[in-house]
Amino acid sequence: MLNVGKIEEGFVLDHIKAGKAMKIYHYLGLDKMDCPVAIIKNARSDVMGKKDILKVECDINTLNMDILAFVDRNITINVIKNGEIVEKRHVSLPKEIRGIIKCQNPRCISNTDTNLPHIFYLADEKKEIYRCRYCDERYEENDAEEII
Amino acid sequence: MAKRDLITPQDFTVEEIDHLFTLADDIRKDRSRYAHACAGKKMATCFFEPSTRTRLSHETAMLNLGGSVMGFPDGGVTSATKGETVADTARVISCFADIMVIRHPREGAAMVAAHYASIPVINAGDGGHQHPTQTLTDLYTIRTLQGHLDNFTIGLCGDLKFGRTVHSLINALVRYPNVHFIFISPPELRVPDYITEMLNDMGIPYEEHIRLEDAISRLDILYMTRIQKERFFNEDDYVRLKNFYILDAEKMKMAKESCYVLHPLPRVNEIATEVDDDPRAAYFRQVQFGVYMRMALVLTLLNIHVPTEQ
Ligand SMILES: [Zn+2]
Repeated sequence: MLNVGKIEEGFVLDHIKAGKAMKIYHYLGLDKMDCPVAIIKNARSDVMGKKDILKVECDINTLNMDILAFVDRNITINVIKNGEIVEKRHVSLPKEIRGIIKCQNPRCISNTDTNLPHIFYLADEKKEIYRCRYCDERYEENDAEEII
Repeated sequence: MAKRDLITPQDFTVEEIDHLFTLADDIRKDRSRYAHACAGKKMATCFFEPSTRTRLSHETAMLNLGGSVMGFPDGGVTSATKGETVADTARVISCFADIMVIRHPREGAAMVAAHYASIPVINAGDGGHQHPTQTLTDLYTIRTLQGHLDNFTIGLCGDLKFGRTVHSLINALVRYPNVHFIFISPPELRVPDYITEMLNDMGIPYEEHIRLEDAISRLDILYMTRIQKERFFNEDDYVRLKNFYILDAEKMKMAKESCYVLHPLPRVNEIATEVDDDPRAAYFRQVQFGVYMRMALVLTLLNIHVPTEQ
């Protein structure tokens, strides 16, 4: 495996579906932070074939990790302290997603009154369905345009 | 106390709807006792697209309660709101009126208005999304005609795919026990899958039919809707199927003595005028019930209590 060096304090996001790392990088707002970040694309994985990995050297508690499960439920979070993994976390779907995805319904008020916050709520946890808070339109990833 | 709005029919619990309808019954019994209940109160009807019937129903309700009304009938002809966001309009109207009724072509607009207004907001239709006062009118009509909202069979006939009114009514009725649904529509205009999935998930029985004749004899309520020619895939299908969805005196002979016919209006030709004199034709009474229900709604949202007579 490619070696980008160990981190002392921070977290590693593992088992990211290959190709999704950059998306998560933006969703977490890491582009706006000055902490060291390593983005590993297409790492070999016995289970997944290939996967992405993100290594971030900053306090995990300063970031809102809710969005991770929305991108990919299989992501695992390894929390690192003093160079050791001290905790493994699994992610769960956020009840609400704010300011990250946009409603695709052309008749939705959020697309004309553009100063409104874009809000989606978890309508069905089992089926992983999110709906627009304003018009109840279902969010479909494929044709979606993102805010960030 | 936090202000209340009506944005979707689900904003009110079954118990709250029951209270609302009991109040509407009381108003219907003796309207004069409520004639000044809203004296000094103002309703703003903000219609960003025209819907004369809906607007007049709300304004009649307010006038019957002794309140006054103001507003605009069509967003296209008024410059007052051009370029202004719904949020700003809601804040401005809050300075003028005590209650706001909004109709807007954008889905979710009423929710935004309710969020930014400091006064109660009634959604009078937001695009193809919600039209809760129509749904409450339908429920109140059914309750008044047959005395209850549970244990009955309702047939919904016509365009069940695009009809917002129908979807909203189904969503409201699943909250009552033992309602049996019969959907009557051409195959291309059948109820969306999310509705049948919901009914399956909830274990609520339903049937689907193509011809009204095949179901009409079992109905307690027949809810008719308009069916537009453009919704059909081709002209041949339209010609072949259209008569299945036109209610006439002949078909009414097959219906129960106690089967009431509802329609959200306006009708085009889906109910023949010969049916109008049938005592079971309830679509014009439905309009009147809508006024009583809206009177009760205005009183409830404004938190005005008129002592009930003993
Ligand atoms: Zn939307």
